[in-house]
Amino acid sequence: RGPARNSTKSNAKTMRAARALLGKALVIIEHNNKAVSTPSLSAVGAASKLGDVTALVAGKGCGAVAEQASKLKGVSSVLAVDSAEYEHGLPENLAALVKKVQDDKKFSHIVAAHSSFGKSVLPRVAAQFDCAIIADVIGIKDETTFVRSTYAGNALATVKSAKDPIKFLSVRPTSFEKAAAGGSAKVESVAATGETGLSKWLSEEVDTSGKVDLTAARVVISGGRGLKNGDNFKMLYEMATKIGNAAVGATRAVVDAGYVPNDMQVGQTGKIVAPELYIAVGLSGAIQHLAGMKDSKVIACINTDAEAPIFTVSDYGLVEDLFTAVPAMMKKL
Amino acid sequence: CNHFFALLQDLSSHKMKALVALKRVIDYTVKVRVRPDKLGVVKDNVKHSCNPFDEIAVEQAVRFKEAKKVTEIVAVSVGGPKTVEILRGSALALGVDKAILIKLPKDDSEVEPLAVAKILKGIVEKVKPDFVLTGKQAIDDDSCAVPQMLASMLGWSQGTFLSSVAIEGKAATISRETDVGIQKLEIKLPAVFSCDLRLNEPRYAKLPEIMKAKKKPLEEIDVAKTGVDVTPRLQIVQVSDPPTRAAGKKVKTADELVDKLKNEAKVL
Repeated sequence: RGPARNSTKSNAKTMRAARALLGKALVIIEHNNKAVSTPSLSAVGAASKLGDVTALVAGKGCGAVAEQASKLKGVSSVLAVDSAEYEHGLPENLAALVKKVQDDKKFSHIVAAHSSFGKSVLPRVAAQFDCAIIADVIGIKDETTFVRSTYAGNALATVKSAKDPIKFLSVRPTSFEKAAAGGSAKVESVAATGETGLSKWLSEEVDTSGKVDLTAARVVISGGRGLKNGDNFKMLYEMATKIGNAAVGATRAVVDAGYVPNDMQVGQTGKIVAPELYIAVGLSGAIQHLAGMKDSKVIACINTDAEAPIFTVSDYGLVEDLFTAVPAMMKKL
Repeated sequence: CNHFFALLQDLSSHKMKALVALKRVIDYTVKVRVRPDKLGVVKDNVKHSCNPFDEIAVEQAVRFKEAKKVTEIVAVSVGGPKTVEILRGSALALGVDKAILIKLPKDDSEVEPLAVAKILKGIVEKVKPDFVLTGKQAIDDDSCAVPQMLASMLGWSQGTFLSSVAIEGKAATISRETDVGIQKLEIKLPAVFSCDLRLNEPRYAKLPEIMKAKKKPLEEIDVAKTGVDVTPRLQIVQVSDPPTRAAGKKVKTADELVDKLKNEAKVL
């Protein structure tokens, strides 16, 4: 009739633990048909806080991705489908698939990274189910309470989702630990839902130079207008190579000016990074740029303008011409 | 014979209509502050303007009109009474033909993306555009959801984060900015497009257009009349400031910087 007195404490603890993880989460895995993307590893990490995690891997010739997903800690099952219509991550085709999977399996949470892929697909699915989307989640308090970033990270909103039967979450990769290898889930095949014919992939320009992934690098060195042109970014690429596991980022201004490609943009509407060390070179630190890097562990900056806003978030600030400072730093590295 | 050719020409240059959706937001230069009651941000007496990404959408629509791809542009916004200023100043004054305000009770009223998408769906059904153009995200809420939700509700294609768009008959060829580079797609019309930074550089309104804007039709529809339930799905428990960083220090030389990063911060 009730727990025996001397085991009340351990029963309560077990009950608390059971209550803590009641969710059944589906993670829509982003990949390039060869490996799970770094942001998705964090999405799995985030989803593990909610309960059982099922990874959905849809692509073409993506067996290796399904295999890798099945070996991630926290993943209890993998749903995989290999079909041409999913090869390039077209949202119209993927949304139809997720709808079918959800209708069959009834997850309580559907999760994706808040990346260009996740942003494209997840809201489309949420609308199909007449549910809200909780975007850019930086914290999970429990299965219904989440913290999300708004106003370029200047206002953090804690929201509770009590009305929607399915919680749709796009999570900020830098806020959640990446799922490590160490699991052993079964891979189950699911039926393809077909080509919607609404969009057609033509081509893709992907930077294949083997640069370190900006969102995964331990160190990020970013350049702004102070660099003056794209050629001068060579200094930063060299510094990144010297430091190792370092990537080069950029401000919106220099991407707009064509100095560097768009996938290097760090900021509110570019990439959000939170490396161990962020070195801001020749950039002033506009609100929108700070939004993309102010959670970095250590921030250093080099700028000739001592009043530049970047100094207000920097742990170490050097007021000097970057064309002298960067070479001087290189000698000491 | 002439009549026949004129008819052919008319059929081949189908008159396209564009719907542009925009939002009145706190200006991007403002340093946003959390309210003392911790349930929102301070909006009173704070500068507001058109969401920058929506300005890019307006500009794109106007360019299509100038290139004779589109013959009519309608702008729509869901917002409080002051949103008319944005519709006049950032849409009608730039070449948009008519505007619709779905009026919320107050200027600081907030509506979730799901409800905005439903309202816009109703407007699409009324206006019957060939495509919808809007910004990729609103810089206040940062959800980046409305365009995709709207496309989903309409069963239309979506082209998000556009860095280029060309319309040819019943399809559009687009370039999208992704996390790894640029993706080129062919999108069937009708479609919902969301515009990214490098799609174009919006023009400034010129005086003759600003004057003309005063006479262009601007319809106000109370949100209650749309039949859409705008009750929020999410409850705001708290709005807080981001964590503050401890004050840093200035170093005197590059050598000192490297030394501190190696030996003090231990990150190099």
